[in-house]
Amino acid sequence: MSLRNSRNKIAATAFAALVLGLGPALAGPADDTLVVNEDVTIVTRAPAAAHLDGHLKEVYSGWLFREDETRKMQKDDFDNPNFVFLEQGLDAWSAVDGSEGKSCANCHEDIADSMAGVRATMPKVNAKGDLWSMEDYINDCRTNRMGAEAWKWNSADMKNMTLAISLQSRGMPVNVAIDGPAQAFWEKGKEMYYTRFGQLEMSCANCHEDNFGNYIRADHLSQGQVNGFPVYRLKDSGVVSIHQRFVGCVRDTRAETFAAGSQEFRELELYVASRGMGLEIEGAGVRP
Amino acid sequence: MKRHVVMAAFAAALAAGSAGAEVAPADVKWDEGAIAQSLSGVAGDPDSGAKIMTTNALGNCVACHQISAMPTVQFQGDIAPALDGAADRYSEAQLRGIVVDAKHTFEASFMPGMYKTGPFIRPGDAYTGKAAPADLPPILDAQQIEDVVAYLLTLKE
Repeated sequence: MSLRNSRNKIAATAFAALVLGLGPALAGPADDTLVVNEDVTIVTRAPAAAHLDGHLKEVYSGWLFREDETRKMQKDDFDNPNFVFLEQGLDAWSAVDGSEGKSCANCHEDIADSMAGVRATMPKVNAKGDLWSMEDYINDCRTNRMGAEAWKWNSADMKNMTLAISLQSRGMPVNVAIDGPAQAFWEKGKEMYYTRFGQLEMSCANCHEDNFGNYIRADHLSQGQVNGFPVYRLKDSGVVSIHQRFVGCVRDTRAETFAAGSQEFRELELYVASRGMGLEIEGAGVRP
Repeated sequence: MKRHVVMAAFAAALAAGSAGAEVAPADVKWDEGAIAQSLSGVAGDPDSGAKIMTTNALGNCVACHQISAMPTVQFQGDIAPALDGAADRYSEAQLRGIVVDAKHTFEASFMPGMYKTGPFIRPGDAYTGKAAPADLPPILDAQQIEDVVAYLLTLKE
């Protein structure tokens, strides 16, 4: 960079700082605490994990970047639109499906006991050394133990079940393993997070690390944390999976996206989940 | 006879010089982040430029930049510097360079190159999520770039 360009950059930065004072009133995360059903307090801001040194000081749930009304919907399960679907997932838990005549409950019994904490550790490396998301574990049970058909990644059946299972980790800290057999996957996910994809040449970090709290048009940029997923997205009038959101983000960089359930997105999910260490699983977030 | 007239007209157009010739994205001549030559050879229209800058499907510059001279445009973004007084800070050639591909001026700039066709990592076909065609067009065409530059040149304080 030439001296002139450096000077331009400094001038532009100083000018941006000047303008910030006149910018939208809501810049950073909201000053609010997530207490659900006047009972469970969920940590939505926390000191960043050690691996984020030099990148982030504090981590924030996407919940803190939403408008008052949207945040309020998540404070009471009666107002949370996820619960219609989540309850269908709870019903499916004890419904027999497939050639073996089994339901989830036949092996795993009470979902509240057997699935407690599961969502907080996802995605994780399985016994064979593959990195699996919760959807992979669900389909493994369905096809290999129940003799049932695999559910499509973003099908209603799958989202209902991931919602039901995620609720059992509500208020538990994100607890993904990033060392040992997970480390190589985590490194790939990290590389992807900082890769500038598509014709717009944008990385995850451009928006969610460098510009969280700022606005792209009317969109209030969050840190892109996934601890609230699956989330009910008001814009889509439906439940959205983590990979579904990844597809949307990569597409919006004018890139050829990756598929939901792809190896790439499982690796990215692990890395993004690890950026939320310290935050807690919300057990069904609500987003605009 | 008719054919000769067409040929003559074509020859005349060529002889008129490069004024009307369009510069392709790959042929842009850079000078330290600036581009002196008009990309279309036709003077930019600032009114058209303003429209391009505020239209989502075109430049959508206001997604990231604030422009006080456009008070009726709602939800102007704030992730990039405001454009007020841009013409006081930069020359026409510098502004053209920044719009074409700001990374030549500001290393690692977040700003997408508006007149760039590659190389990209996994380029897509606009916002479909599908792979880009082999002849991926730039986000804005040559005249649209000139129109945007013409509007930016009106931003003086």
